[in-house]
Amino acid sequence: MKRLMIGNDAIARGAYEAGVTVATAYPGTPSTEIVSNLAQYPGVYGEWAPNEKVAMEVGAGASIGGARTLVAMKHVGVNVAADPLYTFVYTGVNGGLVIVSADDPGMHSSQNEQDNRGYGRFAKLPVIEPSDSQEALDFTRLAYDISEEFDTPVMLRITTRLAHSQTLVEEGEPKQVELKEYKKDAPKYVMLPGFARGRHVEVEKRLLGLKEYSNNTEINRIEWGDRRLGVITSGVCYQYVREVMPDISVLKLGMVNPLPDKLIREFAEGVERLVIVEELEPVIEEQVKSWGITVEGKEHFTLLGEYSPEYLAERLGGIAPAQGFGLDKEIPPRPPLMCPGCPHRGVFHTLKRMRLKVMGDIGCYTLGALSPLDGMDACVCMGASIGMAMGMEKAQGVDPSKIVAVIGDSTFVHSGITPLIDIVYNQGTSTIVILDNSTTAMTGHQDHPATGLTIKKEPAPKLDLEALVRAVGIKNVRVVDPLQLDELRSALEEELQRREPSVIIARRSCALLVKPPVNKKMVIENDLCTGCKLCIRIGCTGIYFIEDENLAAINPTTCVSCEVCAQVCTFDAIKIVEG
Amino acid sequence: MAGKAMNILIVGVGGQGTLLTSRILAQVAVDLGYDVKVSEIHGMAQRGGSVVSQVRYGEKIYSPIISKGDADIILAFEKLEAARWLDYLKPDGMIIINDDRVDPLPVMSGKVKYPEDIDQHIAQMVEKTLVVDASSIAVGCGNVRAANVVMVGILAGAMGFPEGEVEKAIQAMVPPKALDINLKAFKEGHNLYSNIA
Repeated sequence: MKRLMIGNDAIARGAYEAGVTVATAYPGTPSTEIVSNLAQYPGVYGEWAPNEKVAMEVGAGASIGGARTLVAMKHVGVNVAADPLYTFVYTGVNGGLVIVSADDPGMHSSQNEQDNRGYGRFAKLPVIEPSDSQEALDFTRLAYDISEEFDTPVMLRITTRLAHSQTLVEEGEPKQVELKEYKKDAPKYVMLPGFARGRHVEVEKRLLGLKEYSNNTEINRIEWGDRRLGVITSGVCYQYVREVMPDISVLKLGMVNPLPDKLIREFAEGVERLVIVEELEPVIEEQVKSWGITVEGKEHFTLLGEYSPEYLAERLGGIAPAQGFGLDKEIPPRPPLMCPGCPHRGVFHTLKRMRLKVMGDIGCYTLGALSPLDGMDACVCMGASIGMAMGMEKAQGVDPSKIVAVIGDSTFVHSGITPLIDIVYNQGTSTIVILDNSTTAMTGHQDHPATGLTIKKEPAPKLDLEALVRAVGIKNVRVVDPLQLDELRSALEEELQRREPSVIIARRSCALLVKPPVNKKMVIENDLCTGCKLCIRIGCTGIYFIEDENLAAINPTTCVSCEVCAQVCTFDAIKIVEG
Repeated sequence: MAGKAMNILIVGVGGQGTLLTSRILAQVAVDLGYDVKVSEIHGMAQRGGSVVSQVRYGEKIYSPIISKGDADIILAFEKLEAARWLDYLKPDGMIIINDDRVDPLPVMSGKVKYPEDIDQHIAQMVEKTLVVDASSIAVGCGNVRAANVVMVGILAGAMGFPEGEVEKAIQAMVPPKALDINLKAFKEGHNLYSNIA
């Protein structure tokens, strides 16, 4: 019986059917569901790794140890994992290994939209790309056969639309796969220069074999139709092409690295006009052009964001939808914002009020950069805040007491520890605020080493953040409640005065994980409210402004009585009513 | 677009239950034997932002996303979101709007006004506009959060979905402790449509 599955669940199912017994990941939208789901299957060891590099390394060890292994991450996670990945391509596998790269064209939930098909050529590994959930399952199974046949890790590249679209899937029978025998083989697995030179020869040989495979595999297929137009495409773009141009000829690529050169030549010769449809980078186009084939591509299509059927119809012709309704009204935007009761809100309000330079990091709290909180100066990637604070201090030299880094607990464990060591070692003086809400909130509340629970919610040794921070040499460590704004502010003022580094752990559970109190509520005393809007500037859906009456008001359906608005009110107009 | 696909766009504010709604409707379409695709938004956009789920079904569905001007039905859980996504509706499409208002940040902070009469404005343009107070009906059923399932009931009426199929899908998707309220909400929505149709 067929059932609906998002692409990520289909990948998990495919991995289970392929006999995967080790799965590891760091959560990241749009990849998170793959390993959280796979970990629930019988006989599968699943884990949240502290970061993607560790996940890749655990994966490499499991593969060498003989297990079929899955490693999953979002596109930028592959950058973190790139170091072990590139060289693991040299050693090759024992048990098959698939690394899932979940790219995010359009940046629904990411800081860039890099195209990880590029890793295929750069790291010299095969890349396969499904176009719906059924293919996600089937291609995942196939990827393990490719991995073991060619002795290489395989990248399964997906995009947000594949990861989070549900399509019908027919499940298969799980394969019985024995753990492969491990044989010590230093020339294969120890990448000393002398051995690595030998392995590079193998990598190049392997790529020739993979190119032959790519020319013959069923997942690269020509669908002949009207030969006046031929489109080469892959992934979810194939679905968009078929939606608007059901009758044209299509070369659908399931393997996008190495490309099937002979198949592409055959297709090019069989059509009058050849066009490549690929989101983001001209990865296929540049290679096909380098072979002297006349082809059109990015002169018609943008390098930015996601494509859609209507966009393809507009650029290439085909079935276009009717003109929809145009509304001649200004629609106010609805940006995402921190939840009512979020422990991060008061922190950013305070940082802004103190006019500090704030080096930010990746998580829900990146929303602290948006109006009205406006509490962040820079944010680049996971773990970057601490190193950036150090760099800014060393560059400016004059008033380091104005620089702080803010980083979430999960992000700190991911990649904030080494830059903190740098600050201690090279005698920086920044103040680091660890926003500890005891979960990985943004991606849907996954556990991590400092929550004391595993991926299956079983107890695990809990990483002690205070002890860790002290151990790397931070002498000034304190824990504050971020909902107590005075306490937070005085901690910041004191620590910023020091000529040595400090860590403030702002600890309070994510508001979505605690039940709001039933016995108290916030009320506004209208006589005391002056309409100054200070409480509105915390950007909370629990409080709003009535322009006509020049008064603030509480929204009782969203307010969770965190009391932050009451603390920012300078006229004592917001009261807590018990009972 | 290819063949005769039915396209339903479900729009609202993060947390209003667009995901559950799309999953219920998709399951009904699967049970009725159609090819089905659903596109969802997870992650950053869920934090109180504007969210959309898309359900497409028919004999053969390619794209998981709906084009502008191609939605047969828009199910809007909030008035402003109805307006934001209106250009996705087909010229002869139907829009069902929950008469609910959730102020976005620029309105909360008093920077801009919420366009109060926005639903009436839509009704003037779109012949098949249905504005319903699903939130109040849901409160009557026991929980305002079941407003999305009230809307499912109205939609099921409009689409002529067999009631039993929808109830089966609700049973499969909703946690047991919330089931009674949701089944009641579905019934109320379905009756509401029967009364106005």
